[in-house]
Amino acid sequence: MNPGVTKPALELAGVKKSFGNTEIIRGVDLAIPKGERHALIGPNGAGKSTLFNLMSGRFPVSAGAIRLDGEDITGLKPFQINRRGLSRSFQITNIFHNLSVFENLRCAVLWALGYKYSFWHRLDSLADARRRAEEVLLAIGLESRRARPAGLLTYAEQRALEIGITIAGGAGVVLLDEPTAGMSRSETAHVVELVRSVTEGKTLLMVEHDMGVVFNLADRISVLVYGEVIATGTPEEIRANSAVQEAYLGGLHKEESGPEESHA
Amino acid sequence: MRYQPLNLGRWIIWGFTALLMIVLPLVFKSGFAITLISQMGIAIIFTLSYNMLLGQGGMLSFGHAVYSGLGAYIAVHALNMASKGQLWMPLSLLPLVGGLAGAFFGVIFGYVTTKRAGTTFAMITLGIGELVFNCSLMFPGFFGGEGGITTNRVFGEPFLGINFGPAIQVYYLIAVWCLLSMALMYAWSHTPLGRIANAVRDNPERAEFVGYDTQKVRWLTLIISAFFAGVAGGLACITFEIVTAENVSAVRSGGVLLAAFIGGVGFFFGPIIGACLFVYFVVALADHTKAWLLYLGLFFMAMVMFAPGGIASLIMMQFPVIARSRFKELVPHYARTGATGLLVLAALVLTVEMTYKVSVDSANGTMMKMFGVAFDAAGVVPWAIAIGLWIVGGLLFDKARKRLAHAWGEIQADIAGARS
Repeated sequence: MNPGVTKPALELAGVKKSFGNTEIIRGVDLAIPKGERHALIGPNGAGKSTLFNLMSGRFPVSAGAIRLDGEDITGLKPFQINRRGLSRSFQITNIFHNLSVFENLRCAVLWALGYKYSFWHRLDSLADARRRAEEVLLAIGLESRRARPAGLLTYAEQRALEIGITIAGGAGVVLLDEPTAGMSRSETAHVVELVRSVTEGKTLLMVEHDMGVVFNLADRISVLVYGEVIATGTPEEIRANSAVQEAYLGGLHKEESGPEESHA
Repeated sequence: MRYQPLNLGRWIIWGFTALLMIVLPLVFKSGFAITLISQMGIAIIFTLSYNMLLGQGGMLSFGHAVYSGLGAYIAVHALNMASKGQLWMPLSLLPLVGGLAGAFFGVIFGYVTTKRAGTTFAMITLGIGELVFNCSLMFPGFFGGEGGITTNRVFGEPFLGINFGPAIQVYYLIAVWCLLSMALMYAWSHTPLGRIANAVRDNPERAEFVGYDTQKVRWLTLIISAFFAGVAGGLACITFEIVTAENVSAVRSGGVLLAAFIGGVGFFFGPIIGACLFVYFVVALADHTKAWLLYLGLFFMAMVMFAPGGIASLIMMQFPVIARSRFKELVPHYARTGATGLLVLAALVLTVEMTYKVSVDSANGTMMKMFGVAFDAAGVVPWAIAIGLWIVGGLLFDKARKRLAHAWGEIQADIAGARS
């Protein structure tokens, strides 16, 4: 592993999660150093989304500890974890449907800018909130959709907004849950560039099924199979790892070898 | 700046509203009209405060009268103390006392109700509503038992000749508070908390993941909403000079829900329209017919079924059509549908009124007068006319309605086509 002098941005120690008698996460240890882009891969039902839900506070862990920048965040509520600098996206689009695209983004920056529950500021007079929302709007390429209710966007646009809401608050650790799910090849290429640019200088952990995207973006990869991390390493190490090939990657990698090379 | 023209329109609308409030009692001078518009002013504040919960925050409350009612009770006690000289307070500030009382109970009850959203929230508000209503019978010292607490709003020396004795002076007091409350509630909807309340309404989970404690957002929203409900309660206390258990009852809580829904919860001005219509139903229609509650119920049902967005959404739907200068094509359709709708309405009113006459009201004989014609409700001819009206009106209305729907659909298709 990587025993650097600085504390990892995100660290999981012996994390377990059971639903009833079923143990979904069976003791995960993971340390992601600051500034790394890390991909979490694994077959369906391996527990990738569950792990995201544990890290972001959506579900409580059954055992183990989760640390953000060395501080224990185990058992905190989602909003507390978010305030400490961890933000996440969802596999199933999770936006504010009746609010305009711009308002979606502005909502996502208000807490981080310190406006909290204010009812004594006029929203439109908050230049910093507007500027930050405009920046993200530009970054995710939805300027032309600014005033449209988010519920009326196309699927790809909603996915872009999902990423926008996630990064708008400026969290240092970003979790993206299948950012390219259900997208065409050209849309996927676009999202890869988007993710690359908006996570510049941040710590990224993403769940992704598209191996092209994974090998393109990730500095390191962890493979989760049946609730356990069976391997962690650079893309080359993962590709060469026989256990990974056996358990998971072999078949899929062949299928997905096309887009991996096609991206330039 | 891109927001400039909108702001100008806003100033015009607010200016016009203020002007309307000033001029209305000068045009309609009768005591009844003053009573009517005074109650409308109070209802506007109450309904808008309710819509902070329902429309803006996505909280369906069945117990909002708790806050206006308890605000009114505190206000009536404060008023009685003031008139005895135990408390210095000008009457014009009594609504503030009601508001602070409402907010105080919002802090207490809201802490419990806003723990959860959705159905659970609705159920708990229902429970709190019943609890407070029952307290009103258990603590007659504070609530005044069946008779309620009475008061006299005129006390002390008149200030600049104003002692709030005449109803018109009370009306202007209501108008000032109403305008102020409307402006403040509108402003609230454009603050960080107001916008986050919308976000929590749309998607509470996502709001948690952008740093917001949704429970606290709901709680704060409810406290502010309860403040304005209390202001309405304080004004009601001044207007009626009596506060009874009815002020905290489920009937009041249901009424404000009806009013907000009829007006339209999706737009800020919707509840204003709803409040005025509701008061008209309750005050004016009740003067004309015993069946007013039936008409209100039918009207509410019709709105829920055919215009779930309320009157506000019906109005807002017209703007894209007007913007493309296609509204004039719809005018004849609206006129036809409206006219035939009136026939159906006449059939309904005739049937309902005759039924009331021969059943509930038969002790006074069956002779009655409607549309300026005297007739015997037990006779065959009026019933035959009613049935005829139903059939002819129904058929014509149905035809007009279908033609309107067709014309509307064509225009919408053109608009959609032009957009893409």
